[in-house]
Amino acid sequence: MWKLLQIELFKISKRPRTYIAFIAVAAIVFIFQFAFKADGQSYMDLMLQSVKDTFSFDRVQAINGYFMCYIILNTLLIQIPILIALIAADSISGEANMGTLRLLISKPISRTQIILVKFAAATIFTIFLLLWMAITALFLSLLIFGAGDMLVFRSKGDESQILLITRDDIMWRYYAAFAYATVALTVIAALSLLLSIFAENSIGPIIATVCIVIVCTIISNINVPVIDKNVKPFLFTSYLVGWKGFFYIGTDIDGKTIKGSLENWPAIRKSLLILIAHIFILVSAAVVVFKKKDILS
Amino acid sequence: MIRPIKIIPLLFLLLTAVAGKSQDVNILLAKVKFNIDKVYDYKASARMITNVSFLKVPDADVKVYFKKPNKLKIKNEKGISFVPKGAVSINLNNILSGGKYTAIDAGKDKIGNTIVRVVKLLPEDDNADVVLSTVYIDEAALLIRRAKTTTRTNGSYQLEMSYGNYASYGLPDKIIFTFDTKDYKLPKGVTFDFDDGTQNNRTAADKAKTKNGSAEITFHNYLINKGVEDAVFK
Repeated sequence: MWKLLQIELFKISKRPRTYIAFIAVAAIVFIFQFAFKADGQSYMDLMLQSVKDTFSFDRVQAINGYFMCYIILNTLLIQIPILIALIAADSISGEANMGTLRLLISKPISRTQIILVKFAAATIFTIFLLLWMAITALFLSLLIFGAGDMLVFRSKGDESQILLITRDDIMWRYYAAFAYATVALTVIAALSLLLSIFAENSIGPIIATVCIVIVCTIISNINVPVIDKNVKPFLFTSYLVGWKGFFYIGTDIDGKTIKGSLENWPAIRKSLLILIAHIFILVSAAVVVFKKKDILS
Repeated sequence: MIRPIKIIPLLFLLLTAVAGKSQDVNILLAKVKFNIDKVYDYKASARMITNVSFLKVPDADVKVYFKKPNKLKIKNEKGISFVPKGAVSINLNNILSGGKYTAIDAGKDKIGNTIVRVVKLLPEDDNADVVLSTVYIDEAALLIRRAKTTTRTNGSYQLEMSYGNYASYGLPDKIIFTFDTKDYKLPKGVTFDFDDGTQNNRTAADKAKTKNGSAEITFHNYLINKGVEDAVFK
């Protein structure tokens, strides 16, 4: 298995498209950093327009590395599934396209092993992509903008809130958020892998994955009670943004934040378990489908 | 029938009494201001507890800087703090500035166990932002215990002050500053929030509370008349 995984990782590293994802992430992060360095205060003014007459605060301090990373993740983690699909959707269909799939399954390894190794390789790619995001969006932003207390702007039902997390209480939240994001994006990898079994080239599964993610994300963000109750709980996209739960700091009865606390850990844990269940179901389905597949290419 | 000749002395007595009362409160205000005027500048360490429904923030250690006539800055040197803009009024000089007001005696009231004189201050400038200030003065200690201000553009705010070691300078140990605030609304579509299933069970009373906020500032120490750089207030 280890040898197989090494071969898979070698194949991924040799594909130019692998690096498209890393370049795209770096480009988007740099654009954000440049824009906020040049005129971040306009963004702050927009977010605080309804209370700017009532409160004053240090806008320069508020735009720091932690805040930047949160803003970038907020934007990127919606687009990142597309980059994951570029690699994971190529897993089986790419072999079929090149005509190496028949050769691969003629080797003395089970089809289950092939799928599990392909899945593990896609997961490792996802981890590396998120590590790259952490380096560029978090650590580079900290170098450029410095550290400080972090503001989180949030809508909760019909209410909007501003949460303030002190600088000594932030880093562990990022570690947890990136770990959560790894699980969330692994669902995309598993979905792409499953779809790639049905195709003879990678374009179809990539487009199918992207379409599924876009449609489900739109449905997840429609605020209609009947959809909220009956549809959203079953869509994995409803849980993709669960990483934000690590930044919803707990408060006491007076609204004072409690250092090291989470507002709703059970909800995050539940989301995490649902995502893990998705991974298990999708990978199992991939194994079952691949086992029954007639390899004609 | 009362003859006019009898009414005139009565009116004179009445007017004298009213004028006398006004003179009393002006003397009282002058005495209070005398204490406050002893402070040219100060720097103080303080702890600020903000209580606003949409702000979820920890208590903050802040520095408060003041310089005559009306420069005041509250700074959190270790992090971010939301400072209510009306907090400049914790400088009582702002309320009693220049004596450009008409003082009206509004009788006596009680704050805790202390009997206080209630004085209403009407600004002489018709275009001033402050419409009316009401100060509650402890006549024995010559200290302002409470101040209520109504403005044209920034709503109303109230100061509750308790005094200790620095009472001789008219500087409080603790201020509770209550102010009007609007409900905070995020612009639409800028966040994709995680719906963790928690509900807002806000009642009408809760929603009414969002119209008010408060900041409680407890001062630890003052450095009075030791000089404060102008750069601090930028």
